[in-house]
Amino acid sequence: MAAPMIPAAKTASPRRLLMQRFAESPLAVLGLGTLLLLLGFAALAPWVAPQNPYDIGALEIFDSQLPPGSVSEFTGTTYWLGTDGQARDVLSAMLYGMRTSLIVAVTSVLGALLIGTTIGMVAAYIGGWVDAVLMRIVDLQLSFPAILVALVLLSVLGQGVDKVILALVIVQWAYFARTARSTAMVERNREYVLAARCLNLGSRRIIFRHMLPNCLPPLIVIATIDLAHAIAAEATLSFLGIGVPVTEPSLGMLIANGFEFMMSGQYWISFFPGMALALLILAINLVGDHLRDILNPRNAQ
Amino acid sequence: MLVFVINRLLQSVIVLLVMSVLVFVGIFLIGDPTAMLVSPEATDLERQMVREALGLDRSMLVQYLSFMGNALQGDFGRSFLTGQPALQLILERMPATFELVIVAMGFAVLMGVPLGMLAGMRPEAPSSRAIMALSIFGFSLPTFWIGLMLIMVFAVQLGLLPASGRGPTVEVGPLKLSLLTLQGWYHVALPALTLGLAKAALLIRVTRAATREVLPMDYIKFARAKGLPARRIFGVHLLKNIMIPILTVSGLEFGQAIAFAVVTESVFSWPGMGKLLIDSIITLDRPVVVAYVLIMVFFLVILNLVVDLLYMAIDPSSREKVRD
Amino acid sequence: MRLTRHRLLTATAFAGLTLGGPALADDLTIGLKSEPSSLDPQFHVLSPNMQVALSIFEALTTQDPTGAVKPLLAESWALASPTEWDFKLRPGVTFSDGSPLTAADVVFTFDRVAKVPNSPTAFTLFTRKIASVTALDDATVRITTTVPYPLLLVDIVNIPILSKTAASGPAPEGRTTTEMNRGEGLIGTGPFTFVSWQKGADLVLARNEHYWGTAPAWDRVVMRPMTNPAARAAALLAGDIDMMEDLPTASIADFRANKAVNVVSAPPARSIYIALDQERDDSPGIGGAGGKNPLKDKRVREALSLAIDRAAIVERIMGGAAVAAGSLGTGTMFGTSPAHVDAPRPDTERARALLAEAGWGNGFTITLGSPSGRYVNDARVSQTVAAMWSRIGVTTAVDAVAPPVYFKNRDALDYSAYLGSWGNNTAEIGTTLTAQLMTYDKAKGQGTANGGRYSNPELDRLLDEASGTMDDAARKALLEQADALAMEDYAILPLHFEVPSWALRSGLTYAARADQFTLPQFVTTEN
Repeated sequence: MAAPMIPAAKTASPRRLLMQRFAESPLAVLGLGTLLLLLGFAALAPWVAPQNPYDIGALEIFDSQLPPGSVSEFTGTTYWLGTDGQARDVLSAMLYGMRTSLIVAVTSVLGALLIGTTIGMVAAYIGGWVDAVLMRIVDLQLSFPAILVALVLLSVLGQGVDKVILALVIVQWAYFARTARSTAMVERNREYVLAARCLNLGSRRIIFRHMLPNCLPPLIVIATIDLAHAIAAEATLSFLGIGVPVTEPSLGMLIANGFEFMMSGQYWISFFPGMALALLILAINLVGDHLRDILNPRNAQ
Repeated sequence: MLVFVINRLLQSVIVLLVMSVLVFVGIFLIGDPTAMLVSPEATDLERQMVREALGLDRSMLVQYLSFMGNALQGDFGRSFLTGQPALQLILERMPATFELVIVAMGFAVLMGVPLGMLAGMRPEAPSSRAIMALSIFGFSLPTFWIGLMLIMVFAVQLGLLPASGRGPTVEVGPLKLSLLTLQGWYHVALPALTLGLAKAALLIRVTRAATREVLPMDYIKFARAKGLPARRIFGVHLLKNIMIPILTVSGLEFGQAIAFAVVTESVFSWPGMGKLLIDSIITLDRPVVVAYVLIMVFFLVILNLVVDLLYMAIDPSSREKVRD
Repeated sequence: MRLTRHRLLTATAFAGLTLGGPALADDLTIGLKSEPSSLDPQFHVLSPNMQVALSIFEALTTQDPTGAVKPLLAESWALASPTEWDFKLRPGVTFSDGSPLTAADVVFTFDRVAKVPNSPTAFTLFTRKIASVTALDDATVRITTTVPYPLLLVDIVNIPILSKTAASGPAPEGRTTTEMNRGEGLIGTGPFTFVSWQKGADLVLARNEHYWGTAPAWDRVVMRPMTNPAARAAALLAGDIDMMEDLPTASIADFRANKAVNVVSAPPARSIYIALDQERDDSPGIGGAGGKNPLKDKRVREALSLAIDRAAIVERIMGGAAVAAGSLGTGTMFGTSPAHVDAPRPDTERARALLAEAGWGNGFTITLGSPSGRYVNDARVSQTVAAMWSRIGVTTAVDAVAPPVYFKNRDALDYSAYLGSWGNNTAEIGTTLTAQLMTYDKAKGQGTANGGRYSNPELDRLLDEASGTMDDAARKALLEQADALAMEDYAILPLHFEVPSWALRSGLTYAARADQFTLPQFVTTEN
């Protein structure tokens, strides 16, 4: 879905223009608000969560599987969203889980953005056989379903937060590489690049100082939408039991852990993390979708 | 054209080789499959015998070379767990997966294309906005979560549809198909819906985009001016012209759907090859995992090639747009 | 979202109406937790395989639900010498093809065991003490063992008898495993006969019209693998299946309250324990101990045991589907020390005092290895134990990993402490102690599962002596002594015994078994 971009308008304050156009969609604004709220909660989890779910010594086993709103007989704390089978406060586990999910997703997207963009721009700038080979690799990778590649990678790498991040970087970099290349191809022939070449500036400098800023908008769009994909992918892998370890549950892991309780009516263990996951992904997509609309010249007319 | 095909096939061989090494080495490193296979009551001596019988005592390189040598002759080795040829195990499971994926894709096309056309024809209407918002739901939410929700509502709460498994099968030649029975359709409904929703959402978007591109074209305006009935304009002229992207995307998504069936099959205990893959990964049944990956890669390469060739045949000028 | 009992009930009833029910009254559909890897009863020692084999075939002996050995195809037996057992075959037994059972079939069966190729776990596991099997006459079989071996009767429970005529073939083993997977040669004396099998899907059995014993209640049995326990439970509630194996512990309370289903539990059998490294000084998972291994101190082991509230684990984590353990053997098991049947009571004060006494008053850190998804709620049990240990100052991290990785780490002795499990189908504690706590000796095949590398010459001596003692009372005394010795040394920390549960639609019941097999012949309608 990446179309060539028009360079960001060089008129006064393009940023304000962008913000104005973004505000045109109430849905996107709502999405952005939700996203910021969730991000805030996740970032501040250690301070806002009622309990530290990783401090296992503090868990009181007889408080397990309590319904939402229960009050602990031991500590007197209220479990607003209930407790899970390990006596963890679901709200706290959810906040920490969201943190894990987001850390995995953001790190992997940034990693993929970095690697993919570099490869894409280098391919576009150098051209020739380097470009051809790199793009064939990208094409090949993109023709394989990401989930399958991630699955095989994790079956090879083993479990762990770092392994999941690595697997997600590997399945995502190609999107960025292709987008960066197609944008850079357009930029390459623009006057300012030609001028820079005439001035005999170094390739590295031309690519990263001059071309990169102009290629960023579409990459940001892709990164936003990819963030949602990464969160969903991590949740799926963890649900299948080959993602993050059970002791550091992400949202997907919490849902998987709660599924067996769901059948016996203890819906809250799986339901609330599930809703948080859905909300998170949805909010990101609403923002990303609208960003794409306003940055896409074809729709802008 | 011929050069293009040969080139692509050559690349495929390289991909197959790289994938085989990656998977083989990786699974070799994770663990000793005998720990999972051999009964814990067995003595170390008996374990050693099993290792020798399975050829696991040899070096990794020797194991890999002997595997590839046999694979070239169509023998992917035997499953450590069942002793059956890995290829046979996968082929046995293939009809189930294809049934699921075909029903899911059918559902996706039947739901995605009309809704996408609707949304594309009147982009500003509230109904179109609703459709687009729904489509965001469709491909935002992870497949497994949709599956769990459907199980809760339709299988447990309402008791309308079975939560897992495949219906009774009927033998048609060498194939065992479940879609020829009513029970089969009951069973496939939820997993296919789960798998199809995301694809339907994607098709809504593709169809909408295509419709919006085709609508301002002169021939549509001309047909309208001529006073042709709307049904004819949209049913024939419009549909014919948006068919290419829809077919392309459906074709490419078919491969994706087969991969995603891994998730759906796990949630619904659907006895397809995706379920087999997950089980084999967990039990370190290396020959099956490697065979699955190689078969999938081969299949996807062929699928992509066919889609590209078809596309070139229909629209030689714009091959580059296929993947956009 | 919340499932009330009422909704479950209507859901089940409604499903029954719309789909015409799971099938007719005489059909039984069972949701299995995993499918057999083969139908060849001599290919792979694996529970799903064994239970199918024991539905189609029968062995010379059998075990009742508690694990006690009973006659089956052998009507009686006698010892001709300490190593020679003469089995008298039950008269009038025929195979499902109508041919009579003779001693030749028994000889053929035992002969085939060692010839089956490529077996992941060969059945020689059960015949390694057997020197020869001969037919004395048509109805008498003599089994000669290499040494006096009291456990022979339990071992041969696992060798169901094949029909020589049906299972013979050109290959060295007769009918090959591949042929048997297609159903060829699957002629047994058991209550059911083979109909069809589709890998990954249904295995169908039908009643054996020639069965010599009480005819089973079912015309047709469908065994359907459903690995996801939640999906299995949903299928039962939706009326898709009549019976499910391995009810998730989280569902037990709700299922018990639900009138539409019937829950049955087996006697406890599989033991869950924590093994502690007692060999190395520098143990990989221990920190803050200055290169020493506190686990080598008996007081530390006792403290760790006292820190664990076993009853709480049983109640809150296992959903009541377990029995807290004081020994590796259950109370009914032959040779369990009577003084160690009840689980020790938790006492955190005493635990802290013991740690201080041993010089670890400031605690240390330890990593507890655990599989995730191998045993019932394994990772959850480990996390709970970690929480309890952390409370007495032994800060514990849980390393819960996928089973293949866990086994690899365990076998490489990468854990200082790990959650383990042992199933004992002999109903006698000797095999458990030999594998778990005897000094590790690869050549002798003892201490094979002794991941803590515990070693105690006195225990070795007692177990050695017991293994060759044919007199039951004397052997029992020796075993009880050995068990008490190990438990008082805190050689290993038993946690609980899993109590496997089955759920059936109401109106059906199952004589649940300690061996955890799901055998359709013991599923009956309730009156």
